[in-house]
Amino acid sequence: MALLQISEPGMSAAPHQHRLAVGIDLGTTNSLVATVKSGMATVLQDEHGHALLPSVVRYTPDNKVIVGHEAQAQQSADPVNTISSVKRFMGRSLKDIADRAHTPYRFVEHHAHTISPSSLTGDGGSRSSPQPALIQEMGVNPQAHTKLLQLQTRAGAKTPVEISAEILKTLKARAEKSLSGELIGAVITVPAYFDDAQRQATKDAARLAGLNVLRLLNEPTAAAVAYGLDNASEGCFVIYDLGGGTFDISILHLSKGVFEVLATNGDSALGGDDFDHRIYCWVLDKVREASEHFAPLSEEDTRLLLTKARQAKEWLTDNHEAQIVCKLSNGSLVDVTLTAQQLVEITQHLVTKTLVPTRKAMRDAGLSIEDINGVVLVGGATRMPQIRHAVEDYFQQEPLTNLDPDKVVALGAAIQANILAGNKNDDDLLLLDVTPLSLGLETMGGLVEKVIQRNSTLPIARAQEFTTYKDGQTAMSIHVVQGEREQVCDCRSLARFELRGIPPMAAGAARIRVTFTVDADGLLSVSAREQSTGVEAHVEVKPSYGLSEDEITSMLKASFSSAEEDKKARMLAEARVSAGAIISSVTAALAMDGSLITATEKQAIETEIERLKTIADADDAHAINQAVDALNHATEAFAAARMNASVNRALAGKNLEDIKL
Amino acid sequence: MAITLTQTAADRVEKFLANRGKGIGLRLGVKTTGCSGMAYTLEFVDEMQPEDTAFESHGVKVIVDPKSLVYIDGTELDFTKEGLNEGFKFNNPNVKDECGCGESFTV
Repeated sequence: MALLQISEPGMSAAPHQHRLAVGIDLGTTNSLVATVKSGMATVLQDEHGHALLPSVVRYTPDNKVIVGHEAQAQQSADPVNTISSVKRFMGRSLKDIADRAHTPYRFVEHHAHTISPSSLTGDGGSRSSPQPALIQEMGVNPQAHTKLLQLQTRAGAKTPVEISAEILKTLKARAEKSLSGELIGAVITVPAYFDDAQRQATKDAARLAGLNVLRLLNEPTAAAVAYGLDNASEGCFVIYDLGGGTFDISILHLSKGVFEVLATNGDSALGGDDFDHRIYCWVLDKVREASEHFAPLSEEDTRLLLTKARQAKEWLTDNHEAQIVCKLSNGSLVDVTLTAQQLVEITQHLVTKTLVPTRKAMRDAGLSIEDINGVVLVGGATRMPQIRHAVEDYFQQEPLTNLDPDKVVALGAAIQANILAGNKNDDDLLLLDVTPLSLGLETMGGLVEKVIQRNSTLPIARAQEFTTYKDGQTAMSIHVVQGEREQVCDCRSLARFELRGIPPMAAGAARIRVTFTVDADGLLSVSAREQSTGVEAHVEVKPSYGLSEDEITSMLKASFSSAEEDKKARMLAEARVSAGAIISSVTAALAMDGSLITATEKQAIETEIERLKTIADADDAHAINQAVDALNHATEAFAAARMNASVNRALAGKNLEDIKL
Repeated sequence: MAITLTQTAADRVEKFLANRGKGIGLRLGVKTTGCSGMAYTLEFVDEMQPEDTAFESHGVKVIVDPKSLVYIDGTELDFTKEGLNEGFKFNNPNVKDECGCGESFTV
C-alpha cells in the first residue's frame, strides 16, 4: 500500500505521477536534502536518523566511493583520498586556489574546453530547440580556455564536479528511498557570490549525478523563502550565515516577489570550527598551567580534544557550564570546566570578526540599520547565544531563529522545488532573480540596442526584428553585449556570431528576428532567424561571467554619470548611419539611372553627396541631419524621374486588360 | 458508516493544516484513474461544496463528496512509516483488489 501525502485543493496527482521534487543544500561542510510533504517542508534523514550529510567523499582502496560520516571518520587516516570542502574548488582553476598549501590534496591541471553537460551524461537529447541551420558556438566564454583543476586520488584524477556529484548522488538516493519514487528534479542552492563558472560547475555536478536541476537558487534567498519572507510585499533582509568553515553575509531586497541581491560579503575562512579550535587552545593552556611537562599531543588526541571542544560549545548553548573530561593516549587526564561566560570571552574576537564584513555589506548596499526589515540566521554556529546577541545588538532587532539554522537553506530550496514542480497553484509562483545588467546587441554605428532591460525578472525571452543595412547583404554579424551604456565600446562584449545565407534583398527588406532568452539560472542564449528562408544561427553565453558585484555597480554608475554624453554619442552615430545609408543608396541609383536626369541635375546631387561625406566626418549630429535633408531635397526630381521610368518599364507593351490590380 | 482518522493521522493533519496557515479540513476522495480502476485523493480543503458530507474525527473535519463516499465509506485513514517513507494510508473495507503499489483499487 502506497503512502499518500496531502495535496493542495484540486492538485491531486494521478497514481504513479507524483511530482517529487527536492531542495538540496550542497554545503562546504555539510549537505542536506529536503522536500515538501503534505504542504510542509521537511528535511529527509538517512537510515541512522542523520539529517546532515558531511560533504566528504572518500575513494577507497577497493574502488568504492563512500560519502558522509563514514568518509569523514577516515579523513585523518587517508587524507589524500578523502576530499572535504570540495565546494571551495568548484569552477576554479589552480591559480584561483591561493591557499592550496593548507590542504593535503594533490592538485593537477586539466587542459580542456568547458565540459559540456551532454558529454558527461551521454545523453544530448535535453536541448529542446530544433537543430538550427547554422550553429556557431563562439569561444567567448573565458572558462573554456582556463585550465580546470583536478585532484589526484587513488581512483584517478577527479574534478571537483565529479566529487560533488558523488555527494549529490548520495542525497538523491536518500530522497528516492524516502519518497518511494523517482525525482522529477531538484533545486540546488549556491552562495550568492558564486560566479557563472561556479554555477555551471554545480549544474554539471547535478547532471552527472542524474539530477534534473529545476533551478539554482541563491542560499540567502532560500533562507528568506524558508521564513516566508517572500510573502511580504517589500523590504530589505539580512541573511547572516555562519557555517562550519565559512561566513557569508547577504543583503536582499524584496519587491513584488523578486529577491535582488544588494550586497554580499563574508570570510571564507571563518566558521564554527574556529570556535572549536579556540576552546581547544584554551583547554591546552589550562592543562599546561596545571602540569609544566605536558608532552605534545598526538594526532589522535588532537582530534579527541577538538571533538570534546565542539561538544562543550554545543552544550553551552543551553547551559551555563560544560565539563571537558578526557583521557589522553599517554594516560594523562584532562578535566577542566568551561563556563558560558568564559566561552564568550575567549571567542569574542571571532564574533567581532563577523561584524566587519557585515558592516562592509551594509555600506555596499547603501543601507542603514533602520532600513532592515528582518535578519535571518543560517548555519549551526548561529545557535551560540553570543552570536545571536551580537547580531541583535548590531541590527537593533531580534533575528529570526525559529527554524533550525542548519536546515533553513534546504527547506527554502524544497519549497521552491515544490512550486517549480507544479505542486502548488499558480498564484503562488515566485519569481526570484533578475538580470543585473541590460542585454542587447550592436547595431550600425557601434550603438547598443537593448533587447532585455536590466532588472527583468528571470526566466525571460524577448525578440526583436532587425534588418540589413546594404543592398544584397547576405550575412549579418551579431554582437551580443551587456551593459547600460549607449555605445558598444562602453559595454561588455559577451559573444559574436554570424547569420549567413540571408537571400540578397534591398537594404531594409530582410527581416531578421533576434531572440534573447535568459533561463532561470541566468544563462543567456541568443538566436537569429531570417524570416523568409528560416536560416538560423544560435549562440549560448554566460552573461555575468567574471563580473563581480563591484563591476556591475561601477558599470551602472558609469551609465548614469555618462547619460548626457551617451545621448550625444548616440545621436551622432545615428546621424552618421543615416548619412551612410542615403549616400550609398543615392550613389547606387545614380549609377543605374543617372541617364534619367540632366548633367546639371546629376552634378548638383553629387555635390550634395560630397558635402554630406565631409560633414559626416565631423562630430556635429545636427549638421549631418541637415545635410541629409539637403541631399534628400536635391534628389526629389531624380526620385520622381526614377519612379516614372520604373512605372513605364512595368507597363510597357501591355494591354490595359493585362494590368489587373 | 463514517470516515475516521487514527489519532496519529489526526495529529499529523492538524500539524499540516497549522503549518499551511489556512484550510478547514481534509478531503478524501477517489478518482476514476489508475492501473486498477480507481485512485485515492487526499487534499486540503479551503471551501466546502454544498453536496459534500462532513465527518469529525479526533477534532479534524473530514470532507467527502457523495460520489466518492460510496467507495470509501467506512475507511479509516492512518499515518504510518515504512522504512524512510512516511505518509497516509487508506484502510478501506470496500476494496476487493489493489494494484501492486496500492495507489489504485477496485471495489
